[in-house]
Amino acid sequence: MSWAINLILILMVTGAVAWGFRFVGQRVTGNKPFYRDMPFAIAFGYVFGVVVIVGAMLYYFQPIDNKGVPSSGVVFFRWAVQGFMSFAVAAYLFRLIGRHVGTEGTRKLFRTMPLTAAFGILVIIIYAVVSIFAGAIAPFGQEEIFANANIVPGGNPLLGGNPEFPLGTDQIGRDIYSRLIYGAQNTVGIAFATTCLAFFVGGSLGFLASIVGGWLDQLLSRAVDVLMAIPALIFALLLMTIASVWSNQLGIDRTMFMILIIAMIDSTRVYRLSRAVGQNIVVMDYIEAAKLRGEGMGYLIFKEILPNAMAPLLAEFGLRFCFVFLTIASLSFLGVGIQPPLADWGTMVKDLSQFINFAAFAPNVATAPLLAASAIALLTVAVNFVVDWMLHKSSGLKE
Amino acid sequence: MVEQLLKIRNLKIEGRSDEIWNPIINGIDLDLKKGEVLGLIGESGAGKSSVGLAAMGFTRDGCRISGGSVEFDGVDLVTASAAVKRSMLGKRIAYVAQSAAASFNPAHRLLDQHTEAPVQHRVQSRSESELDGIELYQRLRLPDPDNIGFRYPHQVSGGQLQRAMTAMAMSCRPDLIIFDEPTTALDVTTQIEVLAAIRDIVEQFDTAAIYITHDLAVVAQMADRIKVLLRGDEVEEADTRSMLSDPKEDYTKSLWAVRSFKRPSKPAVLKGTMPIVSLKNVSAAYGKSPVLFDVDFDIHAGRTVAVVGESGSGKSTAARCITGLLPPSQGHIEFNGEALPLDYRKRSKNQLRQAQMIYQMADTALNPRSRIGDIIGRPVQFYSGLTGTAKRKRVEELLVQIEMEPSLYTDRLPGELSGGQKQRIGIARALAAEPQFIICDEVTSALDQLVAEGILRLLAQLQDDLGLSYMFITHDLATVSAISDEVVVMKDGCVVEQGPKAEMFQPPHHPYTDLLLSSVPEMNPDWLTTLLKTRGVDNIGDAAVKKM
Repeated sequence: MSWAINLILILMVTGAVAWGFRFVGQRVTGNKPFYRDMPFAIAFGYVFGVVVIVGAMLYYFQPIDNKGVPSSGVVFFRWAVQGFMSFAVAAYLFRLIGRHVGTEGTRKLFRTMPLTAAFGILVIIIYAVVSIFAGAIAPFGQEEIFANANIVPGGNPLLGGNPEFPLGTDQIGRDIYSRLIYGAQNTVGIAFATTCLAFFVGGSLGFLASIVGGWLDQLLSRAVDVLMAIPALIFALLLMTIASVWSNQLGIDRTMFMILIIAMIDSTRVYRLSRAVGQNIVVMDYIEAAKLRGEGMGYLIFKEILPNAMAPLLAEFGLRFCFVFLTIASLSFLGVGIQPPLADWGTMVKDLSQFINFAAFAPNVATAPLLAASAIALLTVAVNFVVDWMLHKSSGLKE
Repeated sequence: MVEQLLKIRNLKIEGRSDEIWNPIINGIDLDLKKGEVLGLIGESGAGKSSVGLAAMGFTRDGCRISGGSVEFDGVDLVTASAAVKRSMLGKRIAYVAQSAAASFNPAHRLLDQHTEAPVQHRVQSRSESELDGIELYQRLRLPDPDNIGFRYPHQVSGGQLQRAMTAMAMSCRPDLIIFDEPTTALDVTTQIEVLAAIRDIVEQFDTAAIYITHDLAVVAQMADRIKVLLRGDEVEEADTRSMLSDPKEDYTKSLWAVRSFKRPSKPAVLKGTMPIVSLKNVSAAYGKSPVLFDVDFDIHAGRTVAVVGESGSGKSTAARCITGLLPPSQGHIEFNGEALPLDYRKRSKNQLRQAQMIYQMADTALNPRSRIGDIIGRPVQFYSGLTGTAKRKRVEELLVQIEMEPSLYTDRLPGELSGGQKQRIGIARALAAEPQFIICDEVTSALDQLVAEGILRLLAQLQDDLGLSYMFITHDLATVSAISDEVVVMKDGCVVEQGPKAEMFQPPHHPYTDLLLSSVPEMNPDWLTTLLKTRGVDNIGDAAVKKM
């Protein structure tokens, strides 16, 4: 129970300090509005923030080695902080370069960009480059098997590493570093293609339903309701099982079926959004003017509605891309997605997942499955940062 | 000496756009005594609303008060703490917004929202405040004051909602109320009720008020003094009477002169001429509820027919029948003597081209993501098949016709234009089809008076040059008298009266026409008082309509 008493003590001391902080602030600055109108909760927040930062710094400088046993918590925490710092610095430098290189337009874009968006764009560019030039960057092939299996990441021979394989090898001796790079190509490429297909199908049908209305709208919307009522992952699993039989009979690659199935399931969500957005746009007078001019459906959808629906659709594209990406990883993890020996991040997490049990006493060993997982997490976070920024820009909000 | 209530000195407000602070108000002084009503007028963008909000020590998002002081009863609201401001707002200073429909919370009953401020400020208990609310509703002459408070905002009409909002502002008996265009969104007949109610209650409780509007005739009824603003600067300030009779500055004079535009009437149409458009016994319904009954009128070549009536009278529905958006349930529409297909989808390209439309809200009528050149160029290309240089030349011609410089505007987006310019683009888009007939649906009602006058002059000019016919839908009789040749008065989906303009503005009228005509505010400060006397104070508006 001592930790609970400690916590209460810390909170009480923090509260007292917060009160004092505000009081001193008011006296020293001669009652500036900043301190005068500060509620106690805000003052508490400031002081609590300082306490948390100090606590984190103390924890950061704890010894890694506790009488021969590595203290994993500190190790992982250091990695996290170092990773965070280096990404922040990289994003800052990237934005700095963007502000001084390029055309007037891009420079202005970079001047108004928050650091999170710069980080997101940087990560997306890196992923794109890596997946396009995977063959040139990766030191080994994704299917190459070496004699040494289960080499620990880190490259330190004392801890079971090997400098030749900086991120180690997996359970059958394939280079994890190379497979991560090829995984970018497979997983990200397939996810991108799937999302584009989902948007093309869902977007066109959604706008069509919003313009035509009536029975077509009813028919499409109810069909979408039915599809949405089935849990997406289970539905995808079911369809993939059926597709695996068909792919053997028809000789079509199973990945094709996966793209079609996930695109179909996700297009229902896109349909919902684009129909709702479209319905707000079709009531505008400029649509009425175009209809009265005698314009056709294609012109209405692509020239009048689409440009005005771009902002919410782009935001949804970012989110949807993450979901599709995670669905592919989940399906691969469950064994019906991208098939071995093709490298895929979901499969890689699954194959090495047993190593997570070593986390308590061998941090380096436990890293093996986390590498692919963090590659997924990083892209998801980056895409969301960029989407947030685009939404903010298109909503016309300043500051 | 009457007590000084509000003292604004050298107020400066800035707004942030593109990372720069731009001045909105450049140093305005304002004084208000207890119980006095000050009218603030100016065109949109003059900073009227910003000054009104600043009188509460408040600015819109993205704006800041960058200098000066706002002293309310000795307290400077610019530097006052949040707690001090909170104790004043709602209790001593209240605000009535332009759109009551958008300002009420649709999920709560009127009376529940009414009691919020008094309970919050501990002025009254909830039950006291409810009784007080009912009394205020009575004084504001709301129908059924005992029960109207238990309705939700969507269950009462716009004019009633505006009065309920005034009652809400009165709930703590504030010393100052800021009215921000409270009647701009209302019909003339409804406007009178609200004006009379506001004026009475402000007098009864001796409340000071700042009345913001762009309608001079309205402010003449309400205010003791008038202050004219132009782009963040004060033009002049004077007593209402002296300001109306003897404005000093050129800008004020130009505001006063707006209503003087009248085009000469054309000679009467010869009997037996073929009309361009003619509605033959048209009835129409939205779903199962009928809205138009046996409407029958003609529009002749080169003429302007004004269709007048309050909202809900079926003016716009008649236009929708002509365009084919709402196929009539009975009757038909003839164009140059030929019956048009009822549904627009069945009409030929040429039939569609002949009848064009200009909309009330230029904001929603122009695609915000298309450039001006494309907006005008599309109908040019669509109907005449011109492309490339020929199309660009035609677009430039059209821009010159609407008096806008082609090199400046072709590549702009609608968002980069002012309201009047957007409306001109709407006109150009209609002209691009080279029509014979244009429907103008309340084209000037969303615009400032000076800008609106410019649009009317342009439309008149175009009619003379191109021989166009207009169907001019409006609820503003000043516009009717300015531009029309013939007038059709509509009420509840029926044509009440129709004829040449000269006849329509001479008695005897149909009683409804009379009500409409007498409801148009005049620039005479005694107009409202006199009118209420002739109508009998207790049966303004609602009652007057019911009697017929």
